[in-house]
Amino acid sequence: MKITLNGESRECPEGTTVEKLLDLCKIDKNRTAVELNLQIVPRKELSARVLKDADILEVVTFVGGG
Amino acid sequence: MSSFTEEQIERYSRHIILPEVGGKGQMKLLKAKVFLVGAGGLGSPAAFYLAAAGIGKIGIADSDCVDHSNLQRQILHSTKDVGRSKAISAKETLESLNPDVEVIPYTERLNSGNIMDIIKDYDVILDGADNFPTRYLVNDACVFLRKPLSHGSIFRFEGQVTTIVPFDGPCYRCLYETPPPPGLVPSCQEAGVLGVLPGVVGSIQATEVVKLILGKGQILKGKLLIYDSLNMDFKKVKIHKNPNCPICSDKATIKELIDYEEFCQAHVGS
Repeated sequence: MKITLNGESRECPEGTTVEKLLDLCKIDKNRTAVELNLQIVPRKELSARVLKDADILEVVTFVGGG
Repeated sequence: MSSFTEEQIERYSRHIILPEVGGKGQMKLLKAKVFLVGAGGLGSPAAFYLAAAGIGKIGIADSDCVDHSNLQRQILHSTKDVGRSKAISAKETLESLNPDVEVIPYTERLNSGNIMDIIKDYDVILDGADNFPTRYLVNDACVFLRKPLSHGSIFRFEGQVTTIVPFDGPCYRCLYETPPPPGLVPSCQEAGVLGVLPGVVGSIQATEVVKLILGKGQILKGKLLIYDSLNMDFKKVKIHKNPNCPICSDKATIKELIDYEEFCQAHVGS
């Protein structure tokens, strides 16, 4: 299936969870905010949310310096 | 103040001739009160441009003193200021740039006990803090007081900016519900930061503040601007109000300010 991650289309195996996708992309889930189809996915639900075809994700990383 | 002096007409002439600003807009700027959290990397350029623009009153809070390692990017301060209070150094720099501006320095650290009282009389808040406890504190206080907030943050080569208009658009917690686990996100002190990066990010924040005061243009409400200086890429990500936001949604659970523990030494001059 195809999903869109940060504006770029990519292939993703059926049954992939958001957490798995972050792992595949080497993104640390504790340092990110994930928006799936315009809704924020709470950190504790990342491992339970299974991606569907045509899902759109935006992943942004915590930045705190000033 | 209801009319300009001759000196002011000359000083602000390039603003006044802009139809979007004009005399009326310049007067709004001169009557505006802006509070800056931090006189460091982001606060420096932001405060410079806001003072130059003639913001009537600028409050600037920083409990740190100037360190040699700050001078690579914190342009409010000079070599002679090393060891001095950043807030006081900022006041001197800004008032010598523009005597129209009254600068109120706050040398105490912001916390749940003092922030509401300190920021309540300001129109717009600009967050240039260098640590997560302060960022959450400032967001929450702005939500409680319904104050518009320009959020900026930097790390290595990356910057993020968004403009928070409480209840009208998403707040910081809509995006990042809770602070990251302690120690997980390195500070600028630990990870480094390109000196000119906050110059860009803080200037964008100042632009947002000026537009908020003028009521002109489009602001970064509901948008997170991500700047990658290494690849010179600007990207805008739409962010939405979180229906489960712990502070600004109908299901809000946070009813009072929280003093999160300091996770690391991030507040020392990053």
